[in-house]
Amino acid sequence: MKVYIRSAVCISPQNTFGNESFLSEVVEYQGTRLRVIEPDYKAFVDPKSLRRMSHIIKMGVAAAVVCLKNGDVEIPGAIITGTAYGCLEDTVTFLTRVIEQDEEMLPPTAFIQSTHNTVGAQIALILKCHAYNNTFVHKGISFESALLDAMMLLKENESDNILVGGTDEMTDTSFTILSRLGLYKRFPCSNLNLYATKTRGTMGGEGAAFFLLSDKTSEKNLAELTAIRTIYKPASLEDIQKKVILFLAENDLKMDDIDVVITGKSGDTAHDSIYEQLNLSLFNNVNLANYKHLCGEYPTSSAFALWLGANIIKKETIPGAVIERNTKKVTPRKILVYNHYQKIYHSLMLLSAI
Amino acid sequence: MSSSVYVAGVGVISAIGNNVAEHLLAFEQEEAGMGDITLLDTIYRKKLPVAEVKLDNKQLAAITGLPDDMSRTALLSLVAAREALTDAAIPHFDTLRTGFVSANTVGGMDRSEHFFIDFVDNNSKGKLKNVYNHECGSMTEIVADRLGITDFITTISTACSSSANAIFYAARLIKNDVLDIVIAGGADALTKFTLNGFNTLMILDPAFCKPFDENRAGLNLGEGAGYLVLVSERVAKKMKKKLYGKLSGYNNSNDAYHQTASSPDGTGSYLAMKGALEKSGLKPADIDYINLHGTGTPNNDGAEGAAIKRLFAPDYPPMSSTKSFTGHTLGASGGIEAVFSVLAIEHGLIYPNLRFKTPMNGLQLVPEKRFLKDQNISHVISNSFGFGGNCTSLIFSKI
Repeated sequence: MKVYIRSAVCISPQNTFGNESFLSEVVEYQGTRLRVIEPDYKAFVDPKSLRRMSHIIKMGVAAAVVCLKNGDVEIPGAIITGTAYGCLEDTVTFLTRVIEQDEEMLPPTAFIQSTHNTVGAQIALILKCHAYNNTFVHKGISFESALLDAMMLLKENESDNILVGGTDEMTDTSFTILSRLGLYKRFPCSNLNLYATKTRGTMGGEGAAFFLLSDKTSEKNLAELTAIRTIYKPASLEDIQKKVILFLAENDLKMDDIDVVITGKSGDTAHDSIYEQLNLSLFNNVNLANYKHLCGEYPTSSAFALWLGANIIKKETIPGAVIERNTKKVTPRKILVYNHYQKIYHSLMLLSAI
Repeated sequence: MSSSVYVAGVGVISAIGNNVAEHLLAFEQEEAGMGDITLLDTIYRKKLPVAEVKLDNKQLAAITGLPDDMSRTALLSLVAAREALTDAAIPHFDTLRTGFVSANTVGGMDRSEHFFIDFVDNNSKGKLKNVYNHECGSMTEIVADRLGITDFITTISTACSSSANAIFYAARLIKNDVLDIVIAGGADALTKFTLNGFNTLMILDPAFCKPFDENRAGLNLGEGAGYLVLVSERVAKKMKKKLYGKLSGYNNSNDAYHQTASSPDGTGSYLAMKGALEKSGLKPADIDYINLHGTGTPNNDGAEGAAIKRLFAPDYPPMSSTKSFTGHTLGASGGIEAVFSVLAIEHGLIYPNLRFKTPMNGLQLVPEKRFLKDQNISHVISNSFGFGGNCTSLIFSKI
């Protein structure tokens, strides 16, 4: 059985939503934070419901609704989301009120919408969809866990047309705290210059990307999602190499069969050393692409990478803005997405042309 | 893909005990865990009862070996997960592919609350250590590291059905041959955030909760952790120790009615129980005990009752809500009640539904009020329903 990506929709700091140009014009940001380009949500979500929705819910619901529409599916067979931080805006609102108002006279709305499953729940509610509904909240592999769930559901023949997405929002509060924790660069930077500064820290980002997965063939299908693997705290660079080779071998592939590797390079020298070393060894003869200068770093950014990879295969072109090395002159038919979050959570996603 | 998934170990901590043996004793002696708030610094002390685990963070730290400024959720999680793993005593554990799938609803919120007190006044203040493990996934990671589990770890958060979904996902990781063994369940500690959140919804009973009673007035919040060790058929065959049973059915359905309220006819609950029965190949008449979600709120119990009536009427199996002992432990409840369900099969028990007097109008459902021993329990259904319409039912069966 094969798993296909029927449609893929991404709301990000770039013009990725409802735009046919496929990253031909890249938006530049100065600073250390990339914010999503907000669509006109009213066109996709009932304005009455929209008023109550926080940023992450709006992004998630809009991406999900359009993803279904593009895939010609009204009601999905399952709704699965991944989010590391969940509904931060509502969480911080409620927590701040608890403290400032000494636990008195608190309105319930922010609490109600603070639970991590709110995006998945709101999608189900809008669609009146009673199907399987799950939410994964595991740091840098929240989206990958959701994707694995979706692929297993298809293999188990439990359902078809599975809607799966990764969402995280950056709020002023989380940006302040994560900056204090040292995640971001200590000086303003241009995202277009992210990899050249050779300093510690990255730029913070956010986004929502949803995918419709099916085991049925269709002209609409963008790519085959061949396999996925997560690796927790690998022992060494050799360990990573061994696991990548094993992952490919399990899918009857060698590194030479891969046309493009999309890596999760973030501009943080401490984290990028892994990619730099792999690019000179295991990934030596393959085309390389990066994406975090477009969407920023966040725990579910691999969903952006999957959107990028699926579109590269469908459109048979690699946007200039993502290319790091393009020596192998081939139509991209096999893509490996390799990302690690804080060196702790590593993930591999394999995409194939149909 | 059709192979079975077996329960090889159990571990639990809640307001009525720090391990499995203490829970069985508390059930037999009908000792509920609710009382005055002693651990949280809140204006609701002496106003709202909660079901606290009877150990403070220092004591939990001493037991687990974790530092005492760690989130209480991680502390509780490690106690129960370690008990389950020790109980399972898997031979050649190191050679098998092992995972940890855990659930919780607010991660390290108990520590984040400390951080935010200073941070709200001045954004450059607040000890970063207190917010470092805010994420739900951090709780799982901390415990997995202590258990030495690296092959696969993840975290699920679907409100009050979280840990039932963790068990569900874990079983499928085994069935899909991704893993051989998974420790699955969940944990949640009481926090000011959740206490105030549920209080704004006006669904906290100022007295001890009365699940499934006509005069029920809300839930009591609780805390704790509960885990099962699930193993593949291949691992099960090699085990000398007697297995507790198998996970024979599961279903996750969404009520798709309201963000927090259940539909009056309990659509999601009905679909979850019906789906789990279909998955297991069992008929309603085969079920020997229902461990109810039974929070004690007018809305949940009405919806769950309506769903049970639709599926089981006119012959109801014995049923009870163990939340009348433990309070509602939120993201931990599915794991804790899965442990109770498995123990019901193992020891032939039906737990009492404390404080029940009057059946709900129009439903006439009478939960079991006494502690029953020496029952022949072959199949137990365990319900976990949550905000966002997330409804999950699990069925455990004797082998």
